[in-house]
Amino acid sequence: MAFEIIESCVNCYACEPLCPNQAIYQAQPHFLIAAEKCTECIGDYMEAQCVSICPIEGAILDEVGVPLNPPGSLTGIPPEILAGLDRQGTAAVLP
Amino acid sequence: MELPVLNAAPPAAPSGGCTSHACGSTDDQMGHLPEHIRQKVYNHPCYSEQAHHYFARMHVAVAPACNIQCNYCNRKYDCANESRPGVVSEVMSPDQAVKKVMAVAATIPQMTVLGIAGPGDPLANPERTFETFRQLSEKAPDIKLCVSTNGLTLPDCVDELAKHNIDHVTITINCVDPDVGAKIYPWIFWKNRRIRGREAAEILIAQQQMGLEMLSERGILVKVNSVMIPGVNDAHLVEVSKIVKAKGAFLHNVMPLIAEAEHGTYYGVMGQRGPTHEELQQLQDQCAGDMNMMRHCRQCRADAVGLLGEDRGQEFTLDKIEAMEIDYAAAMVKRAEVHAQIEQELSLKQQARTAQAELAALQAQSPLAASARPVLMAVATKGGGVINEHFGHAAEFLIYEASGHGVRFIGHRKTTPYCEGGDTCGDGESALDQTLRVLKGCEVVLCSKIGYEPWQPLEAAGIAPNGEHAMEAIEEAVAAVYEEMRVAGKLDLPVAEQKVA
Ligand code: SF4
Ligand code: SF4
Repeated sequence: MAFEIIESCVNCYACEPLCPNQAIYQAQPHFLIAAEKCTECIGDYMEAQCVSICPIEGAILDEVGVPLNPPGSLTGIPPEILAGLDRQGTAAVLP
Repeated sequence: MELPVLNAAPPAAPSGGCTSHACGSTDDQMGHLPEHIRQKVYNHPCYSEQAHHYFARMHVAVAPACNIQCNYCNRKYDCANESRPGVVSEVMSPDQAVKKVMAVAATIPQMTVLGIAGPGDPLANPERTFETFRQLSEKAPDIKLCVSTNGLTLPDCVDELAKHNIDHVTITINCVDPDVGAKIYPWIFWKNRRIRGREAAEILIAQQQMGLEMLSERGILVKVNSVMIPGVNDAHLVEVSKIVKAKGAFLHNVMPLIAEAEHGTYYGVMGQRGPTHEELQQLQDQCAGDMNMMRHCRQCRADAVGLLGEDRGQEFTLDKIEAMEIDYAAAMVKRAEVHAQIEQELSLKQQARTAQAELAALQAQSPLAASARPVLMAVATKGGGVINEHFGHAAEFLIYEASGHGVRFIGHRKTTPYCEGGDTCGDGESALDQTLRVLKGCEVVLCSKIGYEPWQPLEAAGIAPNGEHAMEAIEEAVAAVYEEMRVAGKLDLPVAEQKVA
């Protein structure tokens, strides 16, 4: 029973101080969750803290690999449009 | 005391309060502010067009985390709207930041203000932000500190802020109505939960307003920034302006929304447009009636180091700083000398300007002059208050309005320098086309020099190029050109039809 941070994490540090079990740590190339420490916040909070503050859709997965903040859930950008953007790479080429 | 020229105060406005037509004079606009606040504003690189050229500020990226989402922001990249560097920028530890600030302050004595603006919300990273402030208050007491915040956790931080050498706090307030807020903020993180929609906006607004009141009570300067989002909060910002002033904010800075699809922000992707120059100016005018507006804000990049328009960041990379030996005690002596010199220079300029303003006020008494229509003019300048930039090298134009009431500064408009633009810059638009578009609404462009090529297209667009006032003081030159236009009967005619869209 543990969540996982994956490569879309932008290293914003927001989740790290919130974890009741100090399971989150800074690493390269991105933050990680120590699986043996993560309790999914059960017993401490109604909602998993890292998942509740993370600004990046898809950066945190549940124990079966499903994004806890799915596409569109945080930005409100409809997933179809997001998918189109990613294909063109528009959102990726920035000054 | 006479308040020295600020941007919002028409530079040539009568200096004696309501003695003439221009009732929006300095006294009225700053009338609600106590003397010590006026003094603070006067020489501040962020608020005074004059001081902008002499003093510098810098930012350090120590605060990566954020606790809200705005529809104009994409956390992955630099935020175009709040001059906030993106999380991709190098995040520093408080120790590294302190070292960098002291290195810059010792090398560039004009550096007087240190800001923390991100990459996230500084007050969502209280340990990192306050550790930086604590060390700097102790080791470099001659540096003023400033911080920008979305306001969500501000009430909890006010007591800690009050302990430091805080020059001012900037709160971004885009609305006071939760229904408007629900269209700007998709969520906030509050009391260990992610809260969405109207409820989120309601909490955020209440916290911002409470924070503003608490800071005012403690005598800490508060500036309010608002992002103007057409169709969302544009009309609403007039009310925001009234409210924040009533609660003691000393400046309200309305910035245009910047939203491009390639930024990957909600507004960018969904096609929300930003305001036109005219819309922005109109709103700023509407708000200026009851509050000082910061017209010269260039939405500068928050992580730039140096004086206006220059970035010396490369001299202060982490490894270079590590290698530097800083004797800050010695640097402080040097800094104090440089600051005294600059202040003397500024005050001399100020006296000259006041005299000029009085003259202009007298001239403006003539009813004939007062009835003439206002004219916008663009000015190419490198700074120092004079016309000293070549048309083709100008990356921005200062816009002035001349009218029977005198000359006043309106704002900045950026462009691609005509001489650097190549044939096209992006969307098939040439640099000249871009400049023509940016100058829309202006009837004259004043510069130190202008080439033959752009001359004709400018005239065809109804913008008269003018290189005759090179090296002259801007306000005087604008007034002189306005007078020429009046004598030539051009002010009786309606504005010439401009062809550039
Ligand atoms: S789910 Fe809770 S316990 Fe697990 S890493 Fe996130 S904050 Fe820590
Ligand atoms: S909050 Fe999300 S993006 Fe930020 S560090 Fe944690 S996992 Fe990465």
